[in-house]
Amino acid sequence: MSVLVYTESENGKFKKSAFEVASYAKAVADQLGSSVTAISFNTESNDQLGTYGVSKVLNVADDKLTTFNALAYANSIVQAAQSENTQVIIVSSSTNSKFLAPIVAAKLKAGYVPNVVAAPEGTSPFSVKRTAFSNKGFAHTEITTETKVIGVSNNSFGVKENQTTAAIETFNSNVNDADFSVKSIEIDKVAGQVSIADADIVVSGGRGLKGPENWGMIEELAEVLGAATACSKPVSDMGWRPHGEHVGQTGKPVASNLYIAIGISGAIQHLAGVSASKTKVVINSDPEAPFFKAADYGIVGDAFEVVPKLIEKLKEFKAQNA
Amino acid sequence: MKILVCISNVPDTTSKINFTDGDTKFDTNGVQFVINPNDEFGLTRAMWFKEKQGATVHIATVGEASVEPTMRKALAIGADEAIRVNAAPTDGFFVAEQLANIIKDGTYDLVIAGRESIDYNGGMVPGILATLLGMNFVNSCISLEIEGSTATAIREIDGGKETVQTSLPLVIGGQKGLVQESDLKIPNMRGIMMARKKTLNVVEPIDATVATKDVKFDKPVAKGAVKLVNSADELVDLLHNEAKVI
Repeated sequence: MSVLVYTESENGKFKKSAFEVASYAKAVADQLGSSVTAISFNTESNDQLGTYGVSKVLNVADDKLTTFNALAYANSIVQAAQSENTQVIIVSSSTNSKFLAPIVAAKLKAGYVPNVVAAPEGTSPFSVKRTAFSNKGFAHTEITTETKVIGVSNNSFGVKENQTTAAIETFNSNVNDADFSVKSIEIDKVAGQVSIADADIVVSGGRGLKGPENWGMIEELAEVLGAATACSKPVSDMGWRPHGEHVGQTGKPVASNLYIAIGISGAIQHLAGVSASKTKVVINSDPEAPFFKAADYGIVGDAFEVVPKLIEKLKEFKAQNA
Repeated sequence: MKILVCISNVPDTTSKINFTDGDTKFDTNGVQFVINPNDEFGLTRAMWFKEKQGATVHIATVGEASVEPTMRKALAIGADEAIRVNAAPTDGFFVAEQLANIIKDGTYDLVIAGRESIDYNGGMVPGILATLLGMNFVNSCISLEIEGSTATAIREIDGGKETVQTSLPLVIGGQKGLVQESDLKIPNMRGIMMARKKTLNVVEPIDATVATKDVKFDKPVAKGAVKLVNSADELVDLLHNEAKVI
């Protein structure tokens, strides 16, 4: 009766969030007096998972599952849960996990709670803390079904080492043509670019940048920091940046360690989307911008003067600390 | 083509969030309720299918009578009929089972729901619904085209987008991008008058699964005052030595 964790990978390599959800699964297993089994798909090496408390890995090695397919992956997870007699399934908060988790929940008649920010508050009843109202509040939620699915909010629990030796098995999940009724035609993704969901640092620009032609300095700052780029709602509405970068209540939530907002005044909807970030920096020429009330550090000044200086200082800092 | 758009009744995005009854209930006092923004993008896309491809558009909401103004707004935007399942929406599983019950006759070719509602952010209704009905499902959908019984959708993925192809009947979890923000429809006076005469069916709920319950709420701890700095040098120093994030 182990805890099952879905460890996401890309091109055969685990994403950082895989280690965070594994760490979370270990915390749940410790509370339940149980152990952690991971399911991975076509990964090159699964040894690393043992570092985060996983004692058994079910690796699905199937060419048909090289590209993510929600239904086929969900069915494989359901089969793994059944073969392991699992009562708690842990997933991340990635777009793909949020796609497959409700399918898993429906198939197992399991209560699903996404956006969970801490280890369970209790296991009888089984209660977790999650964000609600787009990060403007927290809900303490009891899951009343026998089987439970938990979606862990990115960067909320952290990666915690818990050295175990992982026994690695090949898992033959049974997928058929009907599982691929939604077919992937094309994936459009810039290789090597950090996505907002995975990023430790996010650099975000707003209307204060005056136009899309000025985004070069945002991209340069992001590159120096190894950060993802993002933007406010008006910026994506005006088509300056793709809406996949829109951060806020109706866009993407950001739960990074550092969020740098440049030329963003801080509408309530934007603040809701970033409030889970740990450290927030605001650069804005308007000292009355509401974002200053929600920020940890602020510079009142013209972005076109401040940002190039910041890039320069960060390059010096990187060179000294390389 | 017959389309059902699932509409959630949510606090307006500018709402301040408070709780009552010992922090066990959401405080609706002074809160204006609106169509969930993710559903609004879906509703507008459904209107496009109605205008360009002759689709019929119904809406459905699980909620008590207090949600009817929001439903009337959706009718004023152009939906043809509405169905209200007369029950408080206790959790995502419960809502999905209620919606599945009214869709199960197989009369809808396309079901559009928002990727998530902006109140409880569960994001589970479209996926559970599709699974219960055995319908194809695409989540985080930012584009949808339909020709005959073939659907081509673009969905958001972390760091990019993916084009997928599937067939009707289909459930999508939609969001911004399905239509542009500037194309969102605002009810005009004629639409509002017509909406009053449109059918709003009320159906009683079925016994359904309640898989989760929110027992208590709280709010994030208020932040301390911002530390204003004067130079990039100082900021880099604070981020490294104090916040320890670089």
